[in-house]
Amino acid sequence: MTALLELDSVSQAYGATTVVEAMSFALQKGEIACLVGSSGCGKTTVLRCIAGFEPVNGGEIRLDGRVISRRDYLCPAHERAIGMVFQDYALFPHLTVADNVAFGLRALGRGERAARVTEMLGVVGLAGLASSYPHELSGGQQQRVALARALAPRPRLLLMDEPFSNLDVDLRERLSREVRDILKHENTTAILVTHDQNEAFAMADRVGVMQGGRLLQWDTPYRLYHQPATRYVADFIGQGVFLPGRVSGPHCISLEIGEFCGMLPLDFAVNDRVDVLLRPDDVQHDDASPMTAIVESKVFRGAEFHYTLTLPSGQRVLAQVPSHHNHAVGEAIGIRLELDHLIAFRHG
Amino acid sequence: MLSSARRWRPVAALVSLVTVIPLSVILAALAVPDGAVWAHLQNHLLPELLRNTLWLVLGVGSGVLLVGVPLAWLTALYEFPGRRFFNWALMLPLAMPAYVMAFSQLGLFDFTGPLQSWLRAATGDSSWVPSLRSSGGVALVMTLAFYPYVYLLARNAFASMGRRALEVGQSFGLSRVKGFWHVALPMARPWIIGGVTLALMETLADFGTVAIFNYDTFTSAIYKAWFSLFSLPAAKQLASLLVLMVFVLVWLEQRARGRRAYTQTGRAAPLPRLRLTGWQRWAATLWAGLVLLLAFVLPFGQLVWWAWQLVAEEFNADLLGYALRSVALSLMAAVAVAVVALALAYAQRRDPHPATRLLAKLATLGYAVPGTVLAVGVFVPVAWLDNLLLGWFGGALGPDVTAIFKGTLLVMLLAYVSRFLAVGHSAIDSAMGRITRSQEEAARNLGYAGWGLLRHVHLPLLKGSLLTAVLMVFVDVMKEMPITLMTRPFDWDTLAVRVFSFTTEGQWEHAALPAVAIVLAGLVPVILLSRQKDPL
Repeated sequence: MTALLELDSVSQAYGATTVVEAMSFALQKGEIACLVGSSGCGKTTVLRCIAGFEPVNGGEIRLDGRVISRRDYLCPAHERAIGMVFQDYALFPHLTVADNVAFGLRALGRGERAARVTEMLGVVGLAGLASSYPHELSGGQQQRVALARALAPRPRLLLMDEPFSNLDVDLRERLSREVRDILKHENTTAILVTHDQNEAFAMADRVGVMQGGRLLQWDTPYRLYHQPATRYVADFIGQGVFLPGRVSGPHCISLEIGEFCGMLPLDFAVNDRVDVLLRPDDVQHDDASPMTAIVESKVFRGAEFHYTLTLPSGQRVLAQVPSHHNHAVGEAIGIRLELDHLIAFRHG
Repeated sequence: MLSSARRWRPVAALVSLVTVIPLSVILAALAVPDGAVWAHLQNHLLPELLRNTLWLVLGVGSGVLLVGVPLAWLTALYEFPGRRFFNWALMLPLAMPAYVMAFSQLGLFDFTGPLQSWLRAATGDSSWVPSLRSSGGVALVMTLAFYPYVYLLARNAFASMGRRALEVGQSFGLSRVKGFWHVALPMARPWIIGGVTLALMETLADFGTVAIFNYDTFTSAIYKAWFSLFSLPAAKQLASLLVLMVFVLVWLEQRARGRRAYTQTGRAAPLPRLRLTGWQRWAATLWAGLVLLLAFVLPFGQLVWWAWQLVAEEFNADLLGYALRSVALSLMAAVAVAVVALALAYAQRRDPHPATRLLAKLATLGYAVPGTVLAVGVFVPVAWLDNLLLGWFGGALGPDVTAIFKGTLLVMLLAYVSRFLAVGHSAIDSAMGRITRSQEEAARNLGYAGWGLLRHVHLPLLKGSLLTAVLMVFVDVMKEMPITLMTRPFDWDTLAVRVFSFTTEGQWEHAALPAVAIVLAGLVPVILLSRQKDPL
């Protein structure tokens, strides 16, 4: 089965500045993907290339096996049947909610169009607001109208550019879950661009991490978190620190707090110096443990504390501890490492 | 996509020709002066014209400052009896073209006018009253007509930051009076200078007022050179000098602005007005009331009085004909400007290249060019084209045909488009700027392109501003005098032309009725302007 969307070594440049470099990935029908990266990494440009707003300088983009973009060829945006939800929603202020949603349905007859509009407003939960104008709606409602408008013509692919960035945190979380449900319900293939990894994890089946125009890793959220391919991905996704160590055997690394052996083969020779990734959830609090660390600072998160701890060598580690373990700054507490995945990079 | 964008640049280039051709024709006269004409001008005309113009610029410039800035400060920051009313009423003189103000004021204050008659009846003598027919009088009348530009711009500047500026001043130990001079006034400077520049552009462009006062400036000299001396080269030469002066004025304004960017830093909540107390409250009311009385109530009252006395004999089919012609002409010009301005704004949108921006700048330069100059600048190339065409096809057309485009509505409309394109363009372009790129892209995503995009996205969103553009240009053309006078088809009179013919013969009473019609039309945009949200 061929993928719905394929990017094959796509490059894009403005003048001499390369924005996207040799980007390749494939997306199956019904999958939701997410591109994350800090601002300026080229993720929005990738989206705009797929939408047909920007030409590509190299490689090709295929939709349903047909080339839609390559060097010197650009299938016009309005012929691609790709929907898009914009960061600012881009609603039409002169049209009602219903007319906004109907905007892309001019090929349908009057009755069919009205039926589809009603259906879509029902799906996004705005059935009662059909005759309102965009400025009368809250930010979250406008977001839903934008989604309904993009989904109404049943696009082959839906693109979303930072769709939740203008909303407050609470709403963002709720809406991202809702949108995922809607997309799955409509069996829509979608790509979302965001700088917020929580949003990416909440929505996506596949996540791509970008840096400087390159795709560093294209994987499931779980593998991104626990098996980051590069140091940058490890740093960008989730929290954590790197603890220096030395390779002590084919699968083992010795750290100042003991030797740890993983299940994966390590790409290093014995005695190589490496940095091991420690996530806050890898460091467990255990009063019985002989190994102790000093509490340097702590942040209360409700269900848990985030402690920053200092090891005897002065090295800092992070620990996520259930919140009934309330220790004072300066106190020494027992810790134990629970390393399910041993992630190490060459020391640098 | 890129190639389709570039297709719009020729559109912008074509539009810019409307202004570039007349301007080049005029400026060419500057580069290649005609020796004999030049010598004549230098010996007989130039000294007086330059003296008169310089005096007007100085007089009106300081006049609008002295009237406009204090009024702006008062209405923007203080509460006094009638403040709400004066806030918008002080803009009313904008509805009255300066040439209407001129003959109305002369009627009021001349020897036979109501003031001097009353003085003679009461005291037996009015000879001590200085005559309004003097250089001071012209400057005074123009000050009353043009101060609203300074008032309007300075008031908005003061209202958005004046009170805060005073508080900052006070926090550094400056009294309110010192705060005004050291903080608020310098901050509002670019807007004040902008207002003065607009007033001076109007002064340099004015034709009707100086014609009524028989006070020769470049505009009236251009008209006389062409229509009394029938010397187009002399008119062209004078026009080139006038354009030069306008450009110097614009250049000075840009220079005064410098590299400083006066943008509001941070957004403060609006502050309540300061309350004037005791005698100060009534002094403020009195001052604002006096200006309004002199600049609008009295002259308009005089007009209405004259019109009322003659309405029975003057209100006839002829007058309706002139009115209808004015309306039809203004409407045609307004629609033409709106269409051209829309094309220009859309071209800028599709092709946001610096070259397109430059073309748009050139195209809208006409607002700075006095009507008399544009009339000459449009006429010369049209006459050249006519001669060329007659040379080719003259034989076929017969000996009676001496003009093809000369003296047609088309030429007049071209001149109007050139003069007023900036008015329409600024309204449409700012609305175009509010249509986001993502709104266009959303529509393209949903299957729209080309004409469909313009029809379903841009036009509905621009509807309001298109109407504003049409209305503003409509009123401007209604009031316009020199272009109409100099390029109209033979014997083709409009209201403004009637006002001109009556006033040149001193028949002010007869000019009143068409003038009232013009003022009433002019009130519409002033009312719209006053209904814009008060910034405080």
